[in-house]
Amino acid sequence: MTLNVAVMPKNTARHLARYRDDWHHLAEHQEGYMSGADAHHELRRAAWEEFERIGFPVHRRGNELWKYTDLRQVDRIDFRFGDWDRHVDLARIAELVPMPEEWSNLVFVNGSLEHSSGDAPLTRIQACDWVGELADYRSNGFVALATAFLRIRGGSYLQFDRPREYVRPVHIIHVIDGSVGGPIVDNPRVAVEMGDGSRATLIESHVSLTDDVHMTLPVVEIKMGEGAELSHYRYQDNSEKSFHFATTRVLQEANSNYRSTSFSVGSDIGRNDVFTHLVGEYAESTLHGVYLTTNRQHQDNEISTTHAAPHCTSDQYYKGVLSGRSRAVFSGKITVERGAQKTDANQKDLNLLLSHGAEVDTKPSLEIYADDVKCAHGATAGHVDEDTLFYLQSRGVDYHTAQAMLIRGFAAEILSEFEDNELHAFLENQLDELMPALQAASDTIGTA
Amino acid sequence: MTTQDRLTISRESKLDDAGYKWGFSTDVEMELAPKGLSPDIVRLISEKKDEPDWMLEWRLKAFEYWSKLQREDAEPRWAKLRYPDIDYQDIYYYAAPKSFDDAPKSLDEVDPEMLETFDKLGIPLHERERLAGVAVDAVFDSVSVATTYADQLEERGIIFCSFTEAVQNHPELVQKYLGSVVPYTDNFFAALNSAVFSDGSFAYVPPGVRCPIELMTYFRINTEGSGQFERTLIVADEGAYVSYLEGCTAPIRRTSQLHAAVVELVALDRGEIKYSTIQNWYPGTKDGQGGVYNFVTKRGITERDAKISWTQVETGSAITWKYPSVILRGDNSVGEFYSVALANNYQQADTGTKMIHIGKNTKSTIVSKGISAGHGENTYRGGVKILPGAENATNHTQCDSLLVGDQCGAHTVPYIEVRNPTARLEHEASTSKVSDEQLFYLMSRGISEEDAHHMIITGWSRNVIKELPFEFALEAGQLLKVSLEGAVG
Repeated sequence: MTLNVAVMPKNTARHLARYRDDWHHLAEHQEGYMSGADAHHELRRAAWEEFERIGFPVHRRGNELWKYTDLRQVDRIDFRFGDWDRHVDLARIAELVPMPEEWSNLVFVNGSLEHSSGDAPLTRIQACDWVGELADYRSNGFVALATAFLRIRGGSYLQFDRPREYVRPVHIIHVIDGSVGGPIVDNPRVAVEMGDGSRATLIESHVSLTDDVHMTLPVVEIKMGEGAELSHYRYQDNSEKSFHFATTRVLQEANSNYRSTSFSVGSDIGRNDVFTHLVGEYAESTLHGVYLTTNRQHQDNEISTTHAAPHCTSDQYYKGVLSGRSRAVFSGKITVERGAQKTDANQKDLNLLLSHGAEVDTKPSLEIYADDVKCAHGATAGHVDEDTLFYLQSRGVDYHTAQAMLIRGFAAEILSEFEDNELHAFLENQLDELMPALQAASDTIGTA
Repeated sequence: MTTQDRLTISRESKLDDAGYKWGFSTDVEMELAPKGLSPDIVRLISEKKDEPDWMLEWRLKAFEYWSKLQREDAEPRWAKLRYPDIDYQDIYYYAAPKSFDDAPKSLDEVDPEMLETFDKLGIPLHERERLAGVAVDAVFDSVSVATTYADQLEERGIIFCSFTEAVQNHPELVQKYLGSVVPYTDNFFAALNSAVFSDGSFAYVPPGVRCPIELMTYFRINTEGSGQFERTLIVADEGAYVSYLEGCTAPIRRTSQLHAAVVELVALDRGEIKYSTIQNWYPGTKDGQGGVYNFVTKRGITERDAKISWTQVETGSAITWKYPSVILRGDNSVGEFYSVALANNYQQADTGTKMIHIGKNTKSTIVSKGISAGHGENTYRGGVKILPGAENATNHTQCDSLLVGDQCGAHTVPYIEVRNPTARLEHEASTSKVSDEQLFYLMSRGISEEDAHHMIITGWSRNVIKELPFEFALEAGQLLKVSLEGAVG
């Protein structure tokens, strides 16, 4: 008796030969990029072989994970991996992201650490012996490709190993400078080890110095020890011509508390794939985010939590503002495994659609195998409330201002969770700067 | 080509029937076509029914399409269901009570044993049951055996008959609407059904007519190893109204039986169709042996100001794969879906609905209640699609799951696709168990634990049950109780 198993369509990468050349070239000739001798080379090789086998998930039929995201244009582009020359201009980078002195700032340009300040407990990724343990390169072409090209010099391994609070937020800034030539790929890798009882704040920023086509494949793996607490803020504002496929994997031991808050505005196609695995009792996982899209942008949020132990709490809450002909996807999943009793899980995705032509696809799903649980989910979509708009107008607020107020108010709920004052002020400012573009591409509702 | 394998079905050996009281089988002489599927079988079915050429051609096209899907291994596997591969060549595609070779003119000519079967089912086929006020079309192993009240309905211009009769007597209507909602290219099981469907019900309500009684079809699979492939087509013409009931049962069989039906509803301008189902196919034994594999495609189209409402109580079948849907094509049209699905023992249900909003001001409501018990797996899978032209469309979805015991599963997979900013969409869902406080309260009043559970579950399902016509609502409540027996305590 054979049981039916979903047949995964075979995918390929159009420029597989080119990636293969790059891979062999870098492995054999660029000792500074990757070395055949270092501890991670077997992982690279295995990931490369996997990528050769599965390529990019271009064929979506029957592939639930990529149902709403078309990758054909990504596959068409002849991206290059390499060890590029860099012209680091810190002043320009400081215009793109906040870098206050109170933070530990780590600036990576095209994958190499170019500047650091503060006292982040940072070592090279090479020193981490569990890279790839959480982010499985199998079954995901982007993780496979990123892992195959794992750099020696790039990457961050952060060890918050003391049971204390690390007061200074660690800010990892990944900058892409496309002026070095051809469409380039960057694959920043981060491994975070939160020791038992440690507390820290991590800020992860992704920005582009040039407005051209490039691709970023960040892979972040986080191990949360017992009672550890991490606030993870994520800011993504890559070039609007770029592609951003991010993977975050978190393993949570008992009583740990992981809070992720993301703000995504950049890239042509952006994907934020987060998975938290609650393996210890009383662990808490909070995954919140706001995405703002306009023009023809596409933002895909793949947010998943698995409860493998009892008494855990999880909360997924995403909000989207869509304008122009943009499209956003929320694919949330909560799995409660057999025996994970007393689970309390929430999942919500709310969307503000500002224009005809914009599209939101939301799929908040639950998979539950335990009976003594509380799980709820919800989703909404619609334009700004016409009555509220009218109310504001009747009080003398002009249409444009009123609409902006409502958009700001909608996003504010998530924005307020960026608790660092400096970061919060910066993001509010980003929202204000984006507002004209959002509004220009919006429909008029009621009377303007 | 001639039929072979004439045989008499005898009573089944005793199986653990998990309290399934509709599990008797009937000794009726059956006429069976050889097992397996081929163009010849399709031709045989068509010939048996004395069908016109266009009908045969349609079937053959469907067969060809299905064969193509079969070759491409395109049998859908995305549902959260696990079952052994189905051997489509090991199924009887045509099983008919033999005594109908010379079609009965009236109920007097109907095999008494069959009449008894329907009596056992509580289906009023006799004239004396006229007071029941329900017109019934009884389908036995895919063949319609009797339709009551046909004359009275005819006076109002309402057509209610078996599909076979409709093809003979109203070919223009059948040709116009058959496949208009569910084309044979729709999916694997719809293609299979289109090729081999043997009978089903047809109803047509003319413009402005409100059908005064409920129309009802009762389906029963009897022959072992046979598939049931019936097809239902209901058309409410402009301003017409009809309420339609469907009930299903099957005898207890050790092997699994395949049921792949297609239901098409057409509600023209201002038309309204209310479609209620109590699905109680044999669910298999307590340890998951046998049971009906239920793969059903149900869909309706609403034109301007029309309304289609699906209500279903799903307690039977080992495997349920069913998504009654509405394509809201006309402006201001309404689609509704109310469902209670229960999966006990080793039952698996993957069911839900699709609401596709095309017209302006279209409105849809989804209320789904899933109950999982024993080792049951219950999945709500729903789609709400708002197309760009659907100005001011609204949808409200509520889907709740209840888990009884810690070995079952409850899953919710909604797909919400919005392409118009004026749409208003809300989706809410919750998962819970029967609360200890409520149980304690009832038990402190002297109510047994089992009754208390039943009361709470019935109350929890009330929003759906109340949408059923009265007689059906009573049956549904009883069915839930029987189906849950043994799951509590």
